[in-house]
Amino acid sequence: MRTVLFIIRKEFLQIFRHKVMLPLIFLMPVIQLVILAHAADFEVKNINLHIVDQDRSQASVQLIGKFRACRNFNLVGYSFTNQPAFDEIQSGDADLFLEIPPNFQRDLIRHNAASLQISVNAINGVQAGLANAYASAIIQDFNRQIRTEWARSPALKAPAGLSVTYSNWFNPDMNYQTFMVPGILVLLVTLIGMFLSGMNIVKEKEIGTIEQINVTPIRKYQFIIGKLLPFWIIALVELSIGLVVGWLIFDIPFVGSLWLIFGFAAIYLLVVLGLGLLVSTITETQQQAMFVSWFFLIIFILMSGLFTPIESMPAWAQAITRFNPVAYFVDVMRLVLLKGSNLMDIRLHVAVMLTAALLVNTLAVVNYRKTN
Amino acid sequence: MPTSQAIQVDNLSKRYGKDVQALAQVSFEVGRGELFGLIGPDGAGKTTLIRILATLLLADEGQATVNGWEVRKNYRKIRSHIGYMPGRFSLYQDLSVEENLRFFATIFGSTIEENYELIRDIYVQLEPFRERKAGKLSGGMKQKLALCCALIHKPVVLLLDEPTTGVDPVSRQEFWEMLQRLKEKDIAILVSTPYMDEASLCDRVALIQKGRLLSIDQPGKIVSAFDKPLLAIRTNDMYRLIHDLRAFEPGHSAFPFGEYVHLSLRQPIWPEAIHAYLAGKEHTGIEIKPAQATIEDAFMELMTREVM
Repeated sequence: MRTVLFIIRKEFLQIFRHKVMLPLIFLMPVIQLVILAHAADFEVKNINLHIVDQDRSQASVQLIGKFRACRNFNLVGYSFTNQPAFDEIQSGDADLFLEIPPNFQRDLIRHNAASLQISVNAINGVQAGLANAYASAIIQDFNRQIRTEWARSPALKAPAGLSVTYSNWFNPDMNYQTFMVPGILVLLVTLIGMFLSGMNIVKEKEIGTIEQINVTPIRKYQFIIGKLLPFWIIALVELSIGLVVGWLIFDIPFVGSLWLIFGFAAIYLLVVLGLGLLVSTITETQQQAMFVSWFFLIIFILMSGLFTPIESMPAWAQAITRFNPVAYFVDVMRLVLLKGSNLMDIRLHVAVMLTAALLVNTLAVVNYRKTN
Repeated sequence: MPTSQAIQVDNLSKRYGKDVQALAQVSFEVGRGELFGLIGPDGAGKTTLIRILATLLLADEGQATVNGWEVRKNYRKIRSHIGYMPGRFSLYQDLSVEENLRFFATIFGSTIEENYELIRDIYVQLEPFRERKAGKLSGGMKQKLALCCALIHKPVVLLLDEPTTGVDPVSRQEFWEMLQRLKEKDIAILVSTPYMDEASLCDRVALIQKGRLLSIDQPGKIVSAFDKPLLAIRTNDMYRLIHDLRAFEPGHSAFPFGEYVHLSLRQPIWPEAIHAYLAGKEHTGIEIKPAQATIEDAFMELMTREVM
């Protein structure tokens, strides 16, 4: 056991000696959280809107007023014909234009029906979808209002039969930062675990120091524990810093138990460190290790449910995410921090992580050879 | 059960893939307190042999024991009792001299202080650079530090793989003086080197070429076994000289040796005859004198014999 301590002491000596590593380790969670949490925000603001009003009636003015009042839209142009609107969409000045046809008000009153046209620049699919949805919601609202005010028939004065209201549970304001920060924290911890640990062992191979280590009485398990434990500790420290930043800057709710978060992180890190170790056993240089780790990491991150919901992936992709440790931790972070889930609620996640930790590490240790 | 020999190697063979026979039925032994040199060109199999003895590589055939322990079965015992210096500098470049030494002492369950006696002669030279990172040391200093780290747990056998390659001549000499002193402390030393002049500093040497041991003996005996007449020859055109001498019928072999070419002869022959031969080949400034055979001549002779 003392041997393990000596190796750990050596590792920390080397890590803390490195001029770039130390500040990076402690600044990384702060910088990444602050930048990413603001950037990775799916709420679409500042949609540039152009309105073509061919009616110029009381109804059209009322509708335009509704769009103006909505903070998601930015009225950049107003015209009476289509051409300027097309031009602005073409040049990129407008993201969306709303066309109010001639006789809009008249049709509305006489026929109790009128048509509007929304054209959206769909180069950015997410933005287009949301812009469309926002615009439709405003028009719906306008529709309801107009019917109650102007309808001649008393029967129509009755409020619309069905209306759907929303209530966002566990994140009442639909605050995207509340949603994103716990997920980004997972990425941070994963980076440290997978990159630093794997890279560290490969570095010993590359520089040749492993040759000297292999001829010492250090046992295989001692070497591996000595190599993994420092990064396990650093990753947990990183998580703590990240949580503090999330709490101070982003006001992340801590509904569930922090012990549960750290407990799960401890198991999760075993999986990630084991993966790093596995990569290090099959590669010879840091460059190779970096490339292999990156391959897995990209897949893990993009399929983690952090950026796109797993539920909207095709069935085969959903099946893959069941083998993605990052997806489990992202889920647990949100469940525990935002929803307050307890150990019983996430017992399946814990069981999967424990199994994975056992599997990956066994594979890595078996694959690691001192003699060849 | 430790046998009397520090290292015993029996018919050891190792292949890499299909074509490369790195070692072919190598057998030899090294006694306690003996300084044994393994001399041979690059790619001769020196590193392979040392790595097998260091338990880093498994042989295909044959037996080897270190301090009586079999390299395959008792590798763990061997690892705690040998000092190994790989050919490539293998200490932590980002740790200081002292930190490296302390780390290697502690993982062997020892301390610097416990075996300081053994490394004192070497370490006093490193002491002024105690705080310096190992990566910032000069080549000779690096080798001295590596030797200290290999010795800090008081090994019974030292395996040194080309410790003087790429080291300046002064440091090389100092290094060999250290090895002579270690021998007196009853540590068996197996050292490999591509430099033939270092052979004469060993108790016994083995010449290795293409995975085979050509000769194992004391350096003096290897030299005295060289029985051919030897001449040192120089002219104004050394490059042509070697070619012409190799084509010279009574000659046996011709090798550059410093500023001369050493020509060994099949039978004694008058130097005038060679002079006339070279003059006929339009050489000028011809100088011919008898030469004393050195270990290099003996090795060159052995290696040519193997080739032919």
